[in-house]
Amino acid sequence: MSLIEAKALGLTKARRPVLQDINLAVMSGEVLALIGPTGSGKTSLLRLLGLLDYPTAGEVTIDGHHTLGRRERLQLRQGMAFVQQKPIAFRMSVADNVSLGLRFRHLKYHPEESHSLLALVGLAGYERRDARTLSGGETQRLALARALITKPSILFLDEPTANLDPVSSEKVEEVLAHIAQQGNLTILLATHDMVQGQRLAGRIAVMMNGRLLQVGRPQEIFAAPQSHEVAEFVGVGNIWSGVVAAQQEGLMDIRIGSRIIQAVGNFSVGQAVDAFLRPEEISLSTHRDESSMRNVFRGVVRRLTWLGALTRVEVDCGFTALVLVTRRSAEELSLQEGQELYANFKASSIHVNSRAL
Amino acid sequence: MAEIWQGFLRALNLIITLNPEVMEITGLSLAISLSACLISAIISTPLGALIHFNSFWGKRFLVSLIQTFFSLPTVLVGLVVFLFFSRAGPLGGFGLMFSPAIMVIGQTILVTPLMIGLVISALSGLDHGIRETALALGANPLQMGWLLLREVRYGVMTGVVLGFGRAISEVGLALMVGGNIRGYTRTLTTAISLGTNMGDIEFSLALGIILLAIALVINLLLNRLQQR
Repeated sequence: MSLIEAKALGLTKARRPVLQDINLAVMSGEVLALIGPTGSGKTSLLRLLGLLDYPTAGEVTIDGHHTLGRRERLQLRQGMAFVQQKPIAFRMSVADNVSLGLRFRHLKYHPEESHSLLALVGLAGYERRDARTLSGGETQRLALARALITKPSILFLDEPTANLDPVSSEKVEEVLAHIAQQGNLTILLATHDMVQGQRLAGRIAVMMNGRLLQVGRPQEIFAAPQSHEVAEFVGVGNIWSGVVAAQQEGLMDIRIGSRIIQAVGNFSVGQAVDAFLRPEEISLSTHRDESSMRNVFRGVVRRLTWLGALTRVEVDCGFTALVLVTRRSAEELSLQEGQELYANFKASSIHVNSRAL
Repeated sequence: MAEIWQGFLRALNLIITLNPEVMEITGLSLAISLSACLISAIISTPLGALIHFNSFWGKRFLVSLIQTFFSLPTVLVGLVVFLFFSRAGPLGGFGLMFSPAIMVIGQTILVTPLMIGLVISALSGLDHGIRETALALGANPLQMGWLLLREVRYGVMTGVVLGFGRAISEVGLALMVGGNIRGYTRTLTTAISLGTNMGDIEFSLALGIILLAIALVINLLLNRLQQR
């Protein structure tokens, strides 16, 4: 049975739908990242699942328990912990802040436990400091220690690194990865940072405009986005809209502008489709390769962007293909704008979705 | 001018020698006003929190009304208390007129709006996230209230100190319902008023200096609190 379940969850604020028809099941011990652009409803959903707000439609169950009664909510909430995007430090010492959740639960406070948690988040020796003198990054880590001391079964994290400098952000992620690895805690994380979601989570739920568009393992979402929006958000790179021109034994010809690409799939002729291809799936060559690749297009380099170890190449093949190559490959091909070359990719690397006309 | 100076010196003498009547009046004044403030704080803190945390129809009007009562004329409170507690009044049966108890009641009524107002404004100044964080940490409503009041404790204390300043320095109410009975309901302000009328300037000045000293202490306390 799943630990957290959202059934047809909806939230309306000031007559505006914030969340619509959310169905989600989270298993015990799982790390799930809610990702989506700002304003997509991640925080709202996290707050509903964390029992901080009431939904206006549907229901959340935690470990099979209903969550609409005030008393049940308080009891269930005491089994979880929620770290907000901008955590607050109370007007008391760091140690007192950390032990607050224990006091609320009438549990015994062991100073050594708080020491080890503060050490884990890199705040060893801060116990007696006035918590309000901590920096943003330190407060975020304090909030993490404060959440963990109650040994919650579910940890909710709302944009845990959104307001932090890169060093603090790295430290927080390190701690989260460490906790996640232990596997005895279910973690729900809202983030707009794709890469962070991918690094920390076993599954990703992509949200947009208050709807859950796709839930799956990170590689599934990258390789097979279920919609144009998801593909765009996760940075698939190449999203080509076209029409199926022919289909035989699972191999389709898709017309994109004046060109035909070949992809694997069973859509019928005349169906409008989106074809998704990740930039690293395309290889470049100066000569026509004698390879098994079904798609080989002659094109012109329109733009080159150097991104450290990688180079982003925009090739005009009648449609625009975005390609990522290593810096060394770029040098070997002596890439330059205006250069003519071949873009090669496999039919099986392309993920195709139907599209309403 | 020399007369004033002489009066001032004699007043200081009354204070330094701990003149029994001066000390008695000062003690009574402090006792009445401190009691009123304590009672008011006990009423105002939860009431202010209740008003702040709940949304209801007419809330804004109520808060405006409370703020209007900050400058409630003391004689008006005296009149109302008199109407209720005089022998013919609905609460006349308690026989509290012209006693320290009725002065405490009157001063409590006088300072309560001020304290409620200051509790509300202290809570309004709190970061919204504090309530959220307490909720997220699993606080029940009582623990939440405790935590929030703990966060605004300096604001609440400021209210108590300001209320005390208003209570100890008022004269109209104390005269009307206390009756200025020597050794029983005579406070610093009513004694000054009477002493001045009777030409006992040194005595009035001595009490005035004490009142001013109390005001100074109050201000020092306020400054300390506001620096927190």
